Amino acid sequence: MYPELGQVSLILALLLALLLSVVPLAGALTGRDSLQAFARPLASGMFVFTGLAFAILTHAFMVDDFSVAYVANNSNSMLPWFYKFSAVWGGHEGSLLLWILMLTGWTLAVAVFSRKLPSTMVSQVLSVMGMVCVGFFLFIILTSNPFDRLLPNIPADGQDLNPLLQDFGLIVHPPMLYMGYVGFSVAFAFALAALINGRLDAAWARWSRPWTTVAWSFLTIGIALGSWWAYYELGWGGWWFWDPVENASLLPWLSGTALMHSLAVTEKRGVFKSWTVLLAIVTFALSLLGTFLVRSGVLTSVHAFASDPERGTFLLMLLGITVIGSLALYAFRAPVVHVRSRYGSLSREIFLLLNNVLLVTATLLVAIGTLYPLVLDYLDMGKLSIGEPFFNTTFSPLAVATGLLLGAGVFSRWKKTDGGWLGRKLLWPLAVSLTASVAVILIYGGFKPWAFAGVFTAVWVAVATLWDLWDKSASRQGRLHGLKRQSRSYWGMVLGHLGVAMVMAGATVVSNYGIERDVRMVPGDSAMVGDYEIVFTDIGNRRGANFTAQYGSFDVLLDGKKITELHPEKRNYPVGMSVMTEADIDGGLFRDIFVAIGERISDDAWAIRLQYKPLIRWLWLGALVMAIGGFLAIADKRYRIREKNQVKVADRAAKTGSAQAAGATS
Amino acid sequence: MKRLLLFLPLVIAVGVGIFLAAGIGKDPTKLESARIGKPVPAFSLENLNDPTQLLDESVLKGEVALLNVWAEWCPSCWDEHEYLMWLSKEKGVRIVGLNYKDQRETAFSFLGRLGNPYDEIIFDPKGSLGFDLGVYGAPETFVIDANGIVQYRHVGVVNKQVWEEVLQPVIQKAKGNS
Repeated sequence: MYPELGQVSLILALLLALLLSVVPLAGALTGRDSLQAFARPLASGMFVFTGLAFAILTHAFMVDDFSVAYVANNSNSMLPWFYKFSAVWGGHEGSLLLWILMLTGWTLAVAVFSRKLPSTMVSQVLSVMGMVCVGFFLFIILTSNPFDRLLPNIPADGQDLNPLLQDFGLIVHPPMLYMGYVGFSVAFAFALAALINGRLDAAWARWSRPWTTVAWSFLTIGIALGSWWAYYELGWGGWWFWDPVENASLLPWLSGTALMHSLAVTEKRGVFKSWTVLLAIVTFALSLLGTFLVRSGVLTSVHAFASDPERGTFLLMLLGITVIGSLALYAFRAPVVHVRSRYGSLSREIFLLLNNVLLVTATLLVAIGTLYPLVLDYLDMGKLSIGEPFFNTTFSPLAVATGLLLGAGVFSRWKKTDGGWLGRKLLWPLAVSLTASVAVILIYGGFKPWAFAGVFTAVWVAVATLWDLWDKSASRQGRLHGLKRQSRSYWGMVLGHLGVAMVMAGATVVSNYGIERDVRMVPGDSAMVGDYEIVFTDIGNRRGANFTAQYGSFDVLLDGKKITELHPEKRNYPVGMSVMTEADIDGGLFRDIFVAIGERISDDAWAIRLQYKPLIRWLWLGALVMAIGGFLAIADKRYRIREKNQVKVADRAAKTGSAQAAGATS
Repeated sequence: MKRLLLFLPLVIAVGVGIFLAAGIGKDPTKLESARIGKPVPAFSLENLNDPTQLLDESVLKGEVALLNVWAEWCPSCWDEHEYLMWLSKEKGVRIVGLNYKDQRETAFSFLGRLGNPYDEIIFDPKGSLGFDLGVYGAPETFVIDANGIVQYRHVGVVNKQVWEEVLQPVIQKAKGNS
């Protein structure tokens, strides 16, 4: 009975989405307030019914209702309750429902937090969100119904959740990632609304900014969690594989990063408008492309969902309608460039433009690397992996260039920066970073050109950011007062850039100075990895909730002193007949020791993978710092207090056609 | 004129869309190669397991063999490896590996983890033999007959289905001919 109710609420939500996509827009275009007033109630209703459907599906998992096909395929009565809960989004249908729940959630958030915006703008934004919702509701109802029943032959028990997914990582990774993907739909909706009423101005950029930043922060956390999960759960010890699905999440992240920066320029200086609006469209299109790549089975990947041509076709149509529709609107409505404000060749505008050029180039590279196999396939040349070498050789120089530019850009001023002044300003940070990076290189041992470039870039970014903070916080009333006086959005930027520096440092050091050894060991053997001695003491058996495991005991010694004991496992999940390697990791801020058990070579000998991973945690901590920066930035006062003046600002900006007015008030 | 420029993103999007549409519902397909029916190009490359030993085209003569192009960096190779193990252990197929654009250490760690199904492994860090064979990427698998003639080329992952439906018949035929 309940599952049918779930389906009915999905259909009701679809109907509300249809109304939402038409009624407020019609009201905005004809100027009828009565129609526009429907926008908020419709958005709330849509969210409530989607939430209801999600709750019903969760209930089916909790009570082991195996008459629901999706539950039977992704759960098992032996599964602990928290995995039953996270199994709701462990497969295609349920994760799609989660995606839609978030989409309607974002729609509701726009409805709630935009009370101070002009009503025509809100109506149009919500209508565009409604259109996106319609597409996804149709997709889930027509091709991927999570409430399909297995009647009358109800299975006695479920087929179990894929053991790879029985992990804390799965509980949190997809929701964060989807929050990011779906969040970009708000920036997209704002861009379309601005195109529809032809008001691409500083006010539009200001409204879009917090939404973009918060979506970007979620996406950053989502990607980092995915990388962390792959590191400890896949058992290979890698943290990024350039797998199509990983790339699918990196694409909107890169273009979203570019979007955040160009929105800043558009808000403050009123330039790059056409470019910014294009980025907003492209970023959301890339989020949709990611969904398509993961769910259509066109590319082979470690974590692609089961492929289904029907779903692929439907998603591609959805993607096509969205992208072609919005880009056509863009082509007809975007303002043809006419520069009103002038900026010098070393101005902050130029630095941010270069930042955009680099980030977009990186996006293109990743897109080419990911889609190239598809293009080959089209030309009947089969499917294959383009592989890490391509990405590593092309992506690293771009990352270094972006970092070097960032360090200089931090000091630049709007409109015009004096070249000589900038040069003098950069002298000390340059000296400090050179010294520091040489020191780091010496500590880790061995000069390698790319390692040096990476470490130098990371230190350079950090030093420049902190240097600028030091300059700005100079105050007669003392340093503390000066630090307190900085706006939250400035602190957000500082944290964001420090996060970038941490990720760069982590990535460079772990790739260049990490040690991986695969050794054959019998209990009693010891092996060295870096300065650490690993002693294989014992192997035993244990029984878990829904698996049996063989575990090894390893002592980790540094300079002859035991620092910890590790217990990696090989787990056997009888229900799905699968074997999983569970690595055990001694984590630390400066290094991880990673031990995993591989194949049994003979009676008592095992293949053991030992790894020493310096600074690997910095990758994920850096991402976290970046995301915190993002959240801090949107908590800035100007997004709240100025809301009252928002309408005035918008009108003034629109009248003069220049962003000077809005720029000056910020 | 500038307005026309704004249509560029639309045009690009449509172009990408065509490729995506073509990708739906397709399986890794077989691939004709200019090499089929011709001998394996001459080469002289190091043995992965022994840098002092040079291997040449004669390792592919005398017995029908699979020439499997693989690398540690290629995720699909991790996927197909267990089938290669199965082919070599259970079916007794001779498999020669071509370690493509990889490094020795990473290649060893890959084999240490997943096992070694190869009778010989040609180490081709620059991809020179791969280039001569017309390899686009990894994984690819060639069927070479006893005279060292390329009989077939499979692009993408080898699995049970590919073995039963594609590779096994070709190997049978190759064995019959020689």
